[in-house]
Amino acid sequence: MTNSIADIHEADVMLLIGSNTTEAHPVIGIEVVRLLNEGKKLIVADPRKIDLARRAHLHLQLRPGTNVALLNGMMRHILDKGLEDMEFIESRTENYPAFRESIMSATVEEAAEISGVPAEDIRKAAELYATCNNANILYAMGITQFHTGTNNVLAVANLSMLTGNIGRRGTGVNPLRGQNNVQGACDMGGLPDVFSGYQKVDDPAAVAKMEEAWGVTLEDRQKGKTIMEMMRSIDDGEIRALYVMGENPIISDPNQKHVEESLAKVDFLVVQDIFFTETCEYADVVLPACTSLEKDGTFTNTERRVQRVRAALEPREGTMPDWQIVQLIASRMGADWSYTSAESIMTEINQVTPQYGGITYRRLEAKSEQRTPDVVFEETDSCGLQWPCPDEDHSGTPVLHAGRFSRGNGFFSAVEYQKPVEEVSDEYPMILTTGRELVHYHTGTMSRQAPGLNALVPDARLEINPDDARDLGIKHGERVRLTSRRGSIEPFAWVTDRVSPGLVFMPFHFAEAPANRLTVQTLDPISKIPELKVAAVRLEAMNGGSPGAAVEPEEASV
Amino acid sequence: MAVAPETGERTLTLTVDGQEVKAIPGDTILTVCRRLGIDIPTLCYDERMEPYGGCRLCLVEVEGARGPVPACAAVVGDGMSVTTMSDKIFKLRKFVIELLLSNHPLDCPVCEAAGDCRLQDYAWEYEVNMTPWGWHPKDFATRDDHPNVARNPNRCINCGRCVRICRDVMGIGCWGFTNRGYETIIDTPYNLPLEQVGCVSCGQCVSACPVGALTHKRSRHDVRIWQTDKTDTICPYCGVGCEFTAQTFRDRLVRVTTEPGQGINNGNLCVKGRFGMEFVNSPDRLTTPMVRNEDGNLVPSTWEVALDRVEQNFKRIKEESGAEAFAGLASAKCTNEDNYAFQKFMRGVIGTNNVDHCARL
Repeated sequence: MTNSIADIHEADVMLLIGSNTTEAHPVIGIEVVRLLNEGKKLIVADPRKIDLARRAHLHLQLRPGTNVALLNGMMRHILDKGLEDMEFIESRTENYPAFRESIMSATVEEAAEISGVPAEDIRKAAELYATCNNANILYAMGITQFHTGTNNVLAVANLSMLTGNIGRRGTGVNPLRGQNNVQGACDMGGLPDVFSGYQKVDDPAAVAKMEEAWGVTLEDRQKGKTIMEMMRSIDDGEIRALYVMGENPIISDPNQKHVEESLAKVDFLVVQDIFFTETCEYADVVLPACTSLEKDGTFTNTERRVQRVRAALEPREGTMPDWQIVQLIASRMGADWSYTSAESIMTEINQVTPQYGGITYRRLEAKSEQRTPDVVFEETDSCGLQWPCPDEDHSGTPVLHAGRFSRGNGFFSAVEYQKPVEEVSDEYPMILTTGRELVHYHTGTMSRQAPGLNALVPDARLEINPDDARDLGIKHGERVRLTSRRGSIEPFAWVTDRVSPGLVFMPFHFAEAPANRLTVQTLDPISKIPELKVAAVRLEAMNGGSPGAAVEPEEASV
Repeated sequence: MAVAPETGERTLTLTVDGQEVKAIPGDTILTVCRRLGIDIPTLCYDERMEPYGGCRLCLVEVEGARGPVPACAAVVGDGMSVTTMSDKIFKLRKFVIELLLSNHPLDCPVCEAAGDCRLQDYAWEYEVNMTPWGWHPKDFATRDDHPNVARNPNRCINCGRCVRICRDVMGIGCWGFTNRGYETIIDTPYNLPLEQVGCVSCGQCVSACPVGALTHKRSRHDVRIWQTDKTDTICPYCGVGCEFTAQTFRDRLVRVTTEPGQGINNGNLCVKGRFGMEFVNSPDRLTTPMVRNEDGNLVPSTWEVALDRVEQNFKRIKEESGAEAFAGLASAKCTNEDNYAFQKFMRGVIGTNNVDHCARL
């Protein structure tokens, strides 16, 4: 996020695009409700009538995979009306003429045709967003999980720069990160091309710094492989050993059948986790780690805030924190690491990671102690530190790009609409889009072991429009078969007008009906994110269906 | 009103219990007092919501005012003089508590909230005569069918915090006041099950309830609050980074609680944060390493054997195919320290940049 959770509600207009906030980030959803309570305007762009779409001033119910067309349409109208912020564009950005030319090459009507959103609504949204003092954009995987994910993000950034809505409270481009520490895992170098702090692995200075700090010679100076590329390299026999720490690719990755084949093929697979996950089935060695409630350490949240994780329990007998297991294996492989605590690792992180230079345990603890009983949401200084925080005198950075972008000037990238990889056909006449639901989480490793959650939602539910259910003879609550070019699953039908006719939605949390058995593996060429949001599918009633069956639409609230 | 020369912020000055203090326009008397560390009792006040002024427990005296004023709702003025405790205030608060107890079940020994109940605390602090007005406990028979939220409206004091947090903070409105006067009960519309009135099972109402009317169902009659150890930590589900307090007893988690004002979440949590942490207690947790045996089955082993197996195979493959034959998946669930160590291992010990995690999924 360029901004902080605390200033989300300060926007006059919020564009929420590709984020089902009240389910996937419920406590940020509270801030969206707060914005509505304060009389501000909300525009929701989402293929589904999600909860916030019902409360929004404007719901742009776009077809899955048409984000760029919609956003470009909005920008076309902003230019037609002369609502762009020329002062911001001239002083803070570059490449505007080329960008402007590309926007002018498509009309609002064309955007409406592609996205399915009425041209009138596109214009209204553009005017709402461009004419207020402060507008912000919140987005999530509904922007990124496409083979055009990078372009989608660039289009969002263009809209924000075109109207000068960045670098102040209540503005900005705010991706909501999905997992508790996905931000931190990226910050720490859990990516193929960077060390911690996004220092490039092909930058000689960064390599020299790490060699010095780690006391090793780093031979590999090339970018490594991403998850999806790893799976393909296993097929080719290039990758023979895979070490998985706290991930469950069998459920989380697209095209499950391919992942299964790869994991079955890899010569040696080590899986380290808290439960015997679906991925453990393929392991040669399984190592038991403890849960985060038994760990000391830090998590970094979606607004770059590093917060202290404290062990509430001793590690269950037989388990240990992940870093300790890694250290044991490292020493078997000849390294002489001597970390004695999570804090001792953070001390090293402070030394080699510029953004984390001043984020020490001492400061994090001192901040927790300062807290008064009267802290209100605005005064969140007592919770952790937001990077960049280069040294111990720095108080952290709540708003990025204020006054100046990280790269200097903001760059307008001309991006054009590209179709999703799969379109409907006679054989696969519907579109499946996937995501998260409120009660369960990711691959279910934790949430499906929580009785309090299973009592609420025990099964995988497929959202189906009442018209489709009627046509196919599908009753609410009955099991159905959903098939794509890659496989078939049998979830329970949830008949609801949250989805429009021709669209079905399903979360991917359920191993017994894994949505990712059906999803497309095609990657965005730059970010390597797979297109999980659009797959062509065929839906069938089981046992021939119940023609003319009484359909009971439900307001799915949980 | 004064203007701070550095910040340009307007401040005003008032007197609280004889002490001169500065305040910001818009501050309530309660806010100023809490900042000073002066304890004022409240039942209906919750900083997550607008002041309500319903319970009349936070009454204070303001010079020149017609009568006592509720500190939670009264905004401070320049030159105001506030007295937070006097014989009169003590008696008034005591009176309010006695009225509340006159139809309260007084079943503290079996109440889930005992030890964590504002009413219990204040009754003790204000040395109340238990039931000087007679005792007429409520006797509502109601639905209690939510898997995580236990409900006992007979213990309810009608402070409305559950009503307001669901309506004003969550924007939903599952709870409302039904009936009038003595018969008032907080209920769902038409007494429908919670699941039919849009409940998202966040348990925010439980976190708001100052007494034992709404409590954690799954830890009922399990461990008393004073027997638990309390640790503040960060939720391991989504990327918001909510803080909560893990209440533990010996080697297990009992319940997750929050206080208003806690963390960036201000004491708010969702269903997963509040009711989804029991996986740590699961008997199905992995507690022993496993290795694949000659028959191809995964069998329990010791750490020694499992790490031997990892070492042998990592060394074999590195020798046969080099570092480039390795890949590692770090974790969006693990800590920064875990992830740093993991990528350092893959890069610095194995010698490959084939490190990734499910950031894109």
